[in-house]
Amino acid sequence: MNPEEVNSKSNSRRDFLKGIATVGAGVAGLSYSAAYAGAENILSEDRFGALVDTTLCVGCRHCEWACAKAHKMPVPEIESFNNRKVFQEFRRPSNSSLTVVNEFENPKNRLIPINVKQQCMHCDRPACVSACIVGAFSKTAKGPVVWDSDKCIGCRYCMVACPFQVPTFDYEKAIQPMIYKCDFCAERQKGGDIPACVDICPVEAITFGPRSELIREARNRIKRKPEVYLDYIYGEYEAGGTSWLYLASKIFTEIGFPKLSQKAAPGVSESIQHGIFAYFIPPASLYALLGGLMWMSKMKKEIDTEISKEIEEEERIEKIHRIDMEGKNE
Amino acid sequence: MNNLTLNQISHNSHLPSQVKFKFFTPGVIILCLFALNGLVFLAGRFLFGIGSVTNLNNFYPWGLWIGVDVAAGVALAAGGFTSAALGHVMHKDEYHSIVRPALLTALLGYTFVACGVFVDIGRYYYIWHPLVMWNGNSALFEVGICVMIYLTVLYIEFLPLVTERFMGRVKMWGFLKIFNPILEFFLRLTDKTINKVMFIFIIAGVVLSTLHQSSLGTLMVIAGDKMHPLWQTPVLPLLFLVSAISVGFPMVIFESILASRSFKLAPEMHVLSKLGSMVGPILGIYLAFKLGDMFIRETFVYLKELTFPAIMFYSEMIIGVIVPLIMFLNKKVLQSSKLLFTASSLVIFGVLLNRINNFITAYKPPYAKVAYYPSIGELSVTIGFVAMLVLFYRACVMIFPVITQNHNHVEIAKTKSKVIL
Ligand code: SF4
Ligand code: SF4
Ligand code: SF4
Ligand code: SF4
Ligand code: SF4
Ligand code: SF4
Repeated sequence: MNPEEVNSKSNSRRDFLKGIATVGAGVAGLSYSAAYAGAENILSEDRFGALVDTTLCVGCRHCEWACAKAHKMPVPEIESFNNRKVFQEFRRPSNSSLTVVNEFENPKNRLIPINVKQQCMHCDRPACVSACIVGAFSKTAKGPVVWDSDKCIGCRYCMVACPFQVPTFDYEKAIQPMIYKCDFCAERQKGGDIPACVDICPVEAITFGPRSELIREARNRIKRKPEVYLDYIYGEYEAGGTSWLYLASKIFTEIGFPKLSQKAAPGVSESIQHGIFAYFIPPASLYALLGGLMWMSKMKKEIDTEISKEIEEEERIEKIHRIDMEGKNE
Repeated sequence: MNNLTLNQISHNSHLPSQVKFKFFTPGVIILCLFALNGLVFLAGRFLFGIGSVTNLNNFYPWGLWIGVDVAAGVALAAGGFTSAALGHVMHKDEYHSIVRPALLTALLGYTFVACGVFVDIGRYYYIWHPLVMWNGNSALFEVGICVMIYLTVLYIEFLPLVTERFMGRVKMWGFLKIFNPILEFFLRLTDKTINKVMFIFIIAGVVLSTLHQSSLGTLMVIAGDKMHPLWQTPVLPLLFLVSAISVGFPMVIFESILASRSFKLAPEMHVLSKLGSMVGPILGIYLAFKLGDMFIRETFVYLKELTFPAIMFYSEMIIGVIVPLIMFLNKKVLQSSKLLFTASSLVIFGVLLNRINNFITAYKPPYAKVAYYPSIGELSVTIGFVAMLVLFYRACVMIFPVITQNHNHVEIAKTKSKVIL
């Protein structure tokens, strides 16, 4: 082997190690910024919520009308909302109606049905916020979970994630389809107004206020009329707690609510995600490990070929000797 | 003299070269029709919205396109990183003949995964948003970014094939002629630098693959109770990673045998059976994890009755894991190209079904009135993508030196000698 060859070989080895180190540093740098990009929720102690008392709701659906009006959505005259035929079908919040009222049979009194208004629950640990690929959803400190149209790419992962199956999507729009869900009238709240649905409700079935006070109020109502209410506040702990809370006289799963555990939906997936990417140490170590392996196997191969070259060389010399000898013998 | 030429032929044929074969055959024309049919429905999607060609709705936001085009696509392209790890990282020379075909499959596979994402997201023109708008909590963000970077890495890994093919042979016609020297210069520049830094990309490719293969499993974890307990588990990322690794070599075997059949080459059994011997143990590990998870979470109670999910789970496990596991552990299977092909197809079927089950069968949203099933439009687009992938593969092996052609085969030797003559 001539000296030049040796030089180029050790050079390539040095390049190799340098390359790995550079990439490692790059990954570490990336991790630093990534660590602070995650949407962390800083919840305010006096964040707002809404308490829906389904025993008071009369199913006038004026909240549906007010909500559409407040969001500048096309909406028929308010009188048409008095038509109770719509209750024949169970409805869910949709692109044209961010909140819907459904009707259920009342086992205690057949003449007075149970009406339930539904919309986004504004979770304290929202799955939609954790899931959104570009962080288009965010939980504001004061309670509302809001969506930013400028970021959204329309992947619909938020809809896969939401335990209440709330966000809806424009399937019929080819350009700029939107995600729809109740935004807790965040704009109105900023201006100091209460949400449109709360404002219009003729029987005050919805109470707006700091969440902690609403829970106290709900407990009081249950205590005052234990014969009316189930001793349960839906939303206090569901999916890690929600801003919207419900009181009812009938089991919640029978009036359109999913049965959920107290675990926040994003809990497990986020801890897996953070486990795999804890400050990028696992991926960087894997990189280093593979780099080391590759280097070692390369070295081994080089040594192997060198040895086999030497053997070949020896054999060649031996052969020449033999031919020489044979020639002499002749 | 005669001896010398023969030697040269056999020596050259150990290196990959372009396949010389006519492009259009009856099969290829059928593929073209499928591809066209898919494109027609795609036009509908871009003109009238996703709802016009799919059965997706507010309860089932994800369907066939995410389950098959994206999730199964990524898994089935795993042959790229598993063979890169074996061939390059471990420097096992005997596997070099499979590295390039696997690289090409991965490259085309991931390209079509990207296309699948592009047509599935509502605002395809914002597909670049994740590059600048980060959400480190989102498994989808992780998958998206990783796949973007990995796709770039795959194209870089492919560059040497381009320089090898076109360096010194850039010949463009007409007024494009003036670009010939410039192109030639860039090819030479790439050729000089690329090999020195290639190892960086090869390792990066393996790391990126392990990351997003597992993160794909994390995707459905956030759906929580909306997913059937037979599949919903916190170890989903691990299961996804191991199953992706297990399908890597079967995919390489499957494709290598198919390619040799369609180009009339002898299958490289000595390499393929060695690859096959590695599949059994990996499938065994996967089966152990899968069963362990089932017993720890006691989900076997859902298997007592033959409900639809239970049947899907049984099919996935028995046809897709247990049967091929037994086959791959058998020496006879490893030596026969037909049996090896069958066993590999079963593993591929199993992983495909597993991804469909995870993303479609298991997903049970509240309030849904009817269950989701894919529409004609969704099926057409998916089949169209697969057809296009095969067509591109065929074109690529005819343009670039991808396939190592076995010199023992008479026909090849003949064409070669013709070329030399
Ligand atoms: S690993 Fe932890 S700190 Fe880093 S980005 Fe993820 S959540 Fe944030
Ligand atoms: S209910 Fe759904 S959409 Fe609303 S905040 Fe919770 S997770 Fe998000
Ligand atoms: S559809 Fe929009 S808001 Fe929902 S997860 Fe995707 S990018 Fe985020
Ligand atoms: S809070 Fe506002 S957006 Fe939500 S349902 Fe009421 S009116 Fe509609
Ligand atoms: S406005 Fe009030 S009473 Fe009327 S449906 Fe809505 S919540 Fe019920
Ligand atoms: S793992 Fe690394 S490459 Fe993949 S998305 Fe996270 S930061 Fe990007």
